[in-house]
Amino acid sequence: MDGNRFSPPSAEIAIEFADVSFRHPNGPLALDGFSLAIERGETLALVGRSGTGKTTVLKLINSLLPTQSGVVRVEGRATSEWNPIKLRRRIGYVLQEVGLFPHMTIGRNVAIVPRLEGWPEARVRARVDELLNLVGLDPKTYADRYPRELSGGQRQRVGVARALAVDPPILLMDEPFGALDPLTRAEMRREFQRIQSQVRKTVVCVTHDMGEAFSLGTKVGVLSGGKLAAFATPTEIIRSNNPEVKIFIDSLPKIETGED
Amino acid sequence: MRLIEFWLNNSWEFLDAIFRHLALVAASTGIAVAAGVPLGVVSYRNPRVGAPLVGLANVVQTIPSLAMFGFLIPMPLIGGIGAKAAVIALILYALLPVIRTTTSGLKSIDPSAREAGLAMGMTGRELLYQVELPLARTAILAGVRVATVVGVGTATIAAAIGAGGLGEYIFRGVASVDSVMILAGAIPAAALALVADLTLTWLEHWFAPDRGKGGKLRVGAVATAAAAALLLVIGGLIWSERSGGRLVIGSKDFTEQVILGELLAQTIERSTKINVQRKFNLGDTLVCETAMQAGDLDLYVEYTGTALTAIFKQPVMLDSAEVNRRVDAGYAATGRVMLPPLGFNNTYVILTRGDEARRLGLKTISDAAKYSPDWRAGFGSAFLDREDGYRGLVQAYGLKFRGTPLAMNLSLTYLALAEKQVDLISGDATNGLIAKLDLYPLEDDRRYFPPYHAVPVIRSETLKRHPELRAVLGRLAGKISDQEMRRMNYEADVERRDARSVVTAFLDRHPEINQR
Repeated sequence: MDGNRFSPPSAEIAIEFADVSFRHPNGPLALDGFSLAIERGETLALVGRSGTGKTTVLKLINSLLPTQSGVVRVEGRATSEWNPIKLRRRIGYVLQEVGLFPHMTIGRNVAIVPRLEGWPEARVRARVDELLNLVGLDPKTYADRYPRELSGGQRQRVGVARALAVDPPILLMDEPFGALDPLTRAEMRREFQRIQSQVRKTVVCVTHDMGEAFSLGTKVGVLSGGKLAAFATPTEIIRSNNPEVKIFIDSLPKIETGED
Repeated sequence: MRLIEFWLNNSWEFLDAIFRHLALVAASTGIAVAAGVPLGVVSYRNPRVGAPLVGLANVVQTIPSLAMFGFLIPMPLIGGIGAKAAVIALILYALLPVIRTTTSGLKSIDPSAREAGLAMGMTGRELLYQVELPLARTAILAGVRVATVVGVGTATIAAAIGAGGLGEYIFRGVASVDSVMILAGAIPAAALALVADLTLTWLEHWFAPDRGKGGKLRVGAVATAAAAALLLVIGGLIWSERSGGRLVIGSKDFTEQVILGELLAQTIERSTKINVQRKFNLGDTLVCETAMQAGDLDLYVEYTGTALTAIFKQPVMLDSAEVNRRVDAGYAATGRVMLPPLGFNNTYVILTRGDEARRLGLKTISDAAKYSPDWRAGFGSAFLDREDGYRGLVQAYGLKFRGTPLAMNLSLTYLALAEKQVDLISGDATNGLIAKLDLYPLEDDRRYFPPYHAVPVIRSETLKRHPELRAVLGRLAGKISDQEMRRMNYEADVERRDARSVVTAFLDRHPEINQR
């Protein structure tokens, strides 16, 4: 079954949330006693309506937000005990708006973290070429271009390449393909599956699109009311009777026909 | 054509003025950028510090530039006269645009770029240097451009405190009602502002964050070159300002004062080996007085009546001997020495147009009182303020005017009278324009105006260092009659000769002054 396609060699826990609650300043409760364990090498697709705290989950993992109550563990260690800089350099992050730096060429964008890590220049260059090839962009053509010279899909590929630059064990993706047109989105999903089959990261991918969750995730988590309403393989999710989950499943055919 | 002739005839002086002007602007803008960008970063990162900082810079920006230079003269360390005080004032003006555009440039960066930087594990410093500052570059350069253009304009006023530059032509031109000389300073100043604006606009475009190939290397190179040039310019300014062992001679900002300053300078140069530095066109009496108190000025020519009332705040007095005695005592008590009077008495005269005086048969101020209710009057602002000026005059003669008298620059009043903008002004008895513009001095028949004898004033310390100056400058005593002074003023104002050659001619007419 689908869920075993990228199954890890061992069932080690890479990311763990234990009874985590989070309230944004002057805002509603985003997470309310949220618990979750993600095994190494798994791809978790996290779905939920807008404002259900999906992005909050990602930002708690890489410490862009501080833990308020409960514990978030990355590789067995509470994020509050990690040096946030070291932690973030072990976690690739792909944003919805891509967040490529407009003043840097594609090559320099991809090379940021290796350079921050102080890699020798020759190794940086080799890695940039390798990564651009991995995401299907010819380094000779694209390395010296600026982000504004690329299409949305190409920029998204660069965003993935940049996040993978120092081969981090964990990859976070926040609505990675949300800004793309349906055809490009489908193509990017296939690309992602191809890349993931090569790199085997622990991935947490946030989306509000059930179709995307099913095609990307080895596990699907449904967020509702600040809690995890369901957490299972895609096939198990489809059979679920949970009302929150059903809402998403009901939306499924409509979106899929809309896409293809 | 006369303008081009003027530049050609004074090409070295002109180039020097341009260089000094550029140096003042470059030094002040450079320092303001070096200080303003970090302050802008601080105020962006920490709004609690930033708000008061921008507020303060805002307040500084609203201070009129002449007033700013005035404030700085008596300040210890940062103030005084010359390039240093001018650069300080220009820095203060340049800071606001730099701080504000740095802060707003940083604030306007797309938050997703910042978030991406943080998520990639950049430290605050890495984020600042690799993401935030490069993305705010265009905005910061726009601030630098505004600061530079404002600086080019404001630097013209720096001439008022002896910093030199193109403003000196403007001040001298206004003082001698010489439009060619005004343009000789104003046109290149405007051109410099335009060139600076265009160059920096081009740089902004060049350094736009997502502009084509390889802008990054150039930023470093340009910054390094700019820093090196800045050091060179500041070094040059300091070198040109060095006054070690120099005797600084000043003057106020009108023709006669420049001639008298030049006269003191050439007399000393001809008879001694003392190194003389000229700081002419220093604004009004109070600028010279504060500069002298601060030790920035060793020697200049003052008028007894002015010293008595404006400096020593004593009531107006008509008896010359008593005025001399009191002024002498006043200077002695404040560390200065009043040297013997030069001879002429540059008192106030009340002037009307020559044709008007002839038509109405006017001879005295009393005669004019009959017609004055139909006249508009214009006076220098000092005359309007002084006890022995406007208020006393209208009382003594029962003068009435149409409307309130206009307050204007003293030198402009002559032209305003000749051009029939006003019908009566106060002027200096020795002004060369009186004959040139066919103005008529009305006799002071009620003996209202006090004496204004010209006297060199020197700091006691300076005189102790150079005791020979007492004898050298003593030889000028009584040598300049009213006629001699009017002649020299006429040569400078009407014949457009520069002060140097006017004074040289005078000293050549009086060889006894230069005997060793």
